[in-house]
Amino acid sequence: MTAEQIIFFLTGALILVSALMVVTTRNLVHAALWLVSTLFGVAVLFASLDATFLAVVQVVVYIGAIAILFIFAVMLTRRNLLDKVPQTNAGWPWAALVAISAFAGLVFLVGQMPNAGAQKNVVFGDPLMALSMALVSPDAYVLAFEVASIMLLAALVGAVYIANRK
Amino acid sequence: MEFLSDPIKVIYEWLMLTFTGWSWAGWVSSLVINLLAIVGFISAIMVLDILLVWVERKVVARFQDRLGPNRVGPFGIFQPFPDIIKLILKEDITPEGADRVPFNLAPILSLGSVLFLWAVVPLASRIYGVDLNVALLYLVAAGSIGTLSIIMAGWASNNKYALLGAYRMVANMISYEIPMVVALLIPTVLAGSMSLKTITEAQSTNGGVWFVLVSPLGALIFLIAAIAELGRSPFDLNEGESEIVSGYHIEYSGMKFGLFYAGELLHAFTFGGFVAALFFGGWHGPWAEQYPLLGAFYFVAKAMFGYWVIMWVKYTVPRIRIDHMLAFNWKFLTPLAFALLMVTAVVHRVLLDVPTWLYVAGMFLSNVILVWITVEVLRAQARREREAKASAQLAAAD
Amino acid sequence: MVHLSWYIFLSAALFSIGLYGVLARKNAIAILLGVELMLNAANINLVSFWRYGNNALMGGQVFSIIVFAVAAAEVAVGLALVIAVYRSRNTIVADELDLLKW
Repeated sequence: MTAEQIIFFLTGALILVSALMVVTTRNLVHAALWLVSTLFGVAVLFASLDATFLAVVQVVVYIGAIAILFIFAVMLTRRNLLDKVPQTNAGWPWAALVAISAFAGLVFLVGQMPNAGAQKNVVFGDPLMALSMALVSPDAYVLAFEVASIMLLAALVGAVYIANRK
Repeated sequence: MEFLSDPIKVIYEWLMLTFTGWSWAGWVSSLVINLLAIVGFISAIMVLDILLVWVERKVVARFQDRLGPNRVGPFGIFQPFPDIIKLILKEDITPEGADRVPFNLAPILSLGSVLFLWAVVPLASRIYGVDLNVALLYLVAAGSIGTLSIIMAGWASNNKYALLGAYRMVANMISYEIPMVVALLIPTVLAGSMSLKTITEAQSTNGGVWFVLVSPLGALIFLIAAIAELGRSPFDLNEGESEIVSGYHIEYSGMKFGLFYAGELLHAFTFGGFVAALFFGGWHGPWAEQYPLLGAFYFVAKAMFGYWVIMWVKYTVPRIRIDHMLAFNWKFLTPLAFALLMVTAVVHRVLLDVPTWLYVAGMFLSNVILVWITVEVLRAQARREREAKASAQLAAAD
Repeated sequence: MVHLSWYIFLSAALFSIGLYGVLARKNAIAILLGVELMLNAANINLVSFWRYGNNALMGGQVFSIIVFAVAAAEVAVGLALVIAVYRSRNTIVADELDLLKW
């Protein structure tokens, strides 16, 4: 049981327990806070996979912006402050069945993969520098980068317009 | 003598020798040494935090033309200890209907988000926690955790004023993160890396210049954004006593409030340290490379100077209204920061291979020209508004 | 000695939990929370395939960054829609938003 495995198990347990609490808790603000815990576990997982830039961007974007947006939206849309009613709709057994069969299907597919038992290679070069070059190089992903920024601009304008009190 | 030139290595090797002498395995002793280092470093920072309480009260007193604490010990230097004892002895009230876990977790996360920052701060050329190559983004990430703790505090208090204060404070903090990130990109462009160790080395070794001379406007924008992130005056709507009593601090009593207060002071000192590391050369000074402890002393001195500037602004300028604050950010500071980043990047690239004095003069001149253009734009707009108001008054008087 | 398949199991489990959240919850914001979980599961998959495969190719990480941007945009627009719907209909329970049914 190496240290790497222990860290993976602890982080995986944190992520899955927090995700289960997100989808089952009745109090929506608690659900948003459990989402923060899940996102933090995913950031730790990214850091253990040597994707340090992605780990930090996960904390900044997801926890620092998206989770806070969720908490604000929950607080702005509370018609009644009663959080004791069940939060699942009528078809929840079917939903559980679909979720479990999706998980079973994915696990079966993993069993079919040839390199499922692969080990980690040595990290090649400096991932941060390679990532930054890939994002702005015309041979690589600069078009996707620019289109993503235009999409964010469109989303920003759209969100402000939709939520504006006319 | 070797202790003076590389203290951390000497201490590490001595501890390793001791632990393996007690026949512990290699990885166990390494783990224990790391844990001891973390605990020791955090303890040192918290002791510094206690000192900061005294510094704050003395400085605010002098700015307000009075003496400050001078009874407990020489110059009142032991004043924080009665404060701490008072806070610990106070009754710990949890309001009825408050959400217990977020209510108790919020002050811990608030202080924790500041302690996280000290892992990447380079105290000297060979004294630092870890050399993260994304250290500046880590700074912003730790700020995000602080923002989360404020929302938790505001909501879990079950109090309208706390929630309002938390909303305003969070709107403030997430708005001012943008000019802060852009201002943080300026030392990144100038030094070529986001790692704080590389940035301080770029300012100190072989003919490096302090970045405040190269980009004073960048330092100013970072300082303004940092003061807004800290929630200090003039951006401290959270503490408008006549408006919302004490914002999200309302329902916290005793040591929980002490954690918030100590966290705020330590956060201010940490940002003073970041201004020092990013723009004033960090630990750079005469003989700082040979004697890392001297470098650490220089760093703390510069961080104290940055903290003093932040306090100076706090006790001089009145509080700004929320809509003025947000307008200032989105309509002035963010466009200015982006313009400065573009100008810095272009001029840095153009002047890449010229001798140092010409480079510094060129960058400084570009900053001055940008400030002059900004001032001219603001004056033209103010003149337009004045004339529009004057003509409206004339039309109304007829 | 963590195998690649462990990471894929983790992301499959997270994806299934998110799928359950989307299908079984009443509140529109809770549905968006489930979507966030699914996006994070996809991200874990992308980054672990980057790490365990040829990690000189940056496609995995770039794709992951684009997923961050898309998730942020989707949450912003989605929550703006939820707030607008709440203002006019005074409810965000997904079952009660049925004006467009035939």
